Amino acid sequence: MAKYLLLKHYRGAPAAVNDVPMDRWTPEEISAHVQYMNDFAARLEANGEFVDGQALAPEGTFVRYDGEGRPPVTDGPFAETKDLIAGWMVIDVDSYERAVELAGELSAAPGAGGKPIHEWLELRPFLTASPNVADCH
Amino acid sequence: MDELLLRSLTPKVLGILVRRGADFAAAEDAVQDALIEAVRVWPAEPPRDPKGWLVTVAWRRFLDMARADAARRRREELLDAEPAPGPAPEVDDTLQLYFRCAHPSLTPSSAVALTLRAVGGLTTRQIARAYLVPEATMAQRISRAKRTVSDVRFDQTGDVATVLRVLYLVFNEGYSGDVDLAAEAIRLTRQLAAAIDHPEVAGLLALMLLHHARRASRTTADGTLVPLAEQDRGRWDSGSIAEAVEILQAALARDRLGEFQAQAAIAALHADALTAEETDWVQIVEWYDELARLTDSPVVRLNRAVAVGEADGARAGLAALAELDDTLPRYAAVAAYLHERDGDLATAARLYTEAARQAPNLAERDHLTRQAARLNTRRRS
Repeated sequence: MAKYLLLKHYRGAPAAVNDVPMDRWTPEEISAHVQYMNDFAARLEANGEFVDGQALAPEGTFVRYDGEGRPPVTDGPFAETKDLIAGWMVIDVDSYERAVELAGELSAAPGAGGKPIHEWLELRPFLTASPNVADCH
Repeated sequence: MDELLLRSLTPKVLGILVRRGADFAAAEDAVQDALIEAVRVWPAEPPRDPKGWLVTVAWRRFLDMARADAARRRREELLDAEPAPGPAPEVDDTLQLYFRCAHPSLTPSSAVALTLRAVGGLTTRQIARAYLVPEATMAQRISRAKRTVSDVRFDQTGDVATVLRVLYLVFNEGYSGDVDLAAEAIRLTRQLAAAIDHPEVAGLLALMLLHHARRASRTTADGTLVPLAEQDRGRWDSGSIAEAVEILQAALARDRLGEFQAQAAIAALHADALTAEETDWVQIVEWYDELARLTDSPVVRLNRAVAVGEADGARAGLAALAELDDTLPRYAAVAAYLHERDGDLATAARLYTEAARQAPNLAERDHLTRQAARLNTRRRS
């Protein structure tokens, strides 16, 4: 009973095995990929393990506070594909091992040639809000 | 309307339907429907016999569903048969239900969800909110769990230990959503203790009551953790503590020690001290030794190292710690605490920072970061 984020991004991980960019796949290959992702989410829901999944627009804006009474400063986008966060899925599973297993399945989504992309997904545990029993020192 | 009374009747009503021959999964749905109907109807028309009312409505609901489900002939046949009284149950219906919902074939999260619904009478939505997952996900988790245990037959008592683990998981989850899971776990454990005479059930109930008694003092209003030694003991719930101690003493007198009784004994020794300084750490170390014999859990030995540090001094605690695997969760936090007690503030600060990085939850991480910041500030000044 722990929540994990499966984060699909391109920061720091080695390249995927099958890393042909999506715009060079066939339309059928794209459809197969989308179908795989939808099926994966549907299966997780049927298992009672799905929490959330979202895709993100590739371009974002950087924003920061600029002092009292002034509008926030915006900057960017600094769109570089190596910094892109493509999306995430949140799962609620019984063990770390199960989370790894599911991330592995998601990474097998088909890409060019209908072959698994083998892309790296980052698996991050959620911090929980309130411990109940443990007294701290 | 008394929602707790309604929910406390849930396992009895479900047990009666199952004994009459309804299959578990369908009966459980029927009981849920009857609960919802009760919430609607009872405020205006309170029944004279709430349990009888629920059995009648749930059984009618079950028959309606069976009729609608023509493919399921077995249930169709039941329509013609007057419900057989059935053999006198070997095991109490309520108890069977606990065993079924905590069956070893279920994963922990499924067992927890099913127990809360079928035994606790909570709705799927309430359970989903409590565990911060979508209602559809929780509905699937529960219906899969029901299918998994639907055909389990109970000719004998199941394993109490599996039930206790599930209830303890519920208790540990804390409080999110509109259901107080800790209070619910206590209610379910109390109900179990009424159905079966078992010292470990009593031990778990005592343990929960003791932890719960300290709840108000364990965090500040903004959620900041307050260490045990700094808690305002005047805010501990002395009524719960007295009840827990009585339950625990009766259990211990049976001389069938188990891990929950031992943990409760440790919690009781903390509760017994009027000030942190008066804590009987020597006896706490002895209980940790018992607990280590019973469970062989590395977490127990980690907590034991803290107790040794209090009983025999920080050096002794560090020596006990040195025998353990330093990759254990919370190892760095314990090491930091003992090094601070030993006067090595630089090492303690570094370890608190490391412990914060590894903390499994936000409140603990903030607490440990604050400890590191406190020591770093003191060292600069």
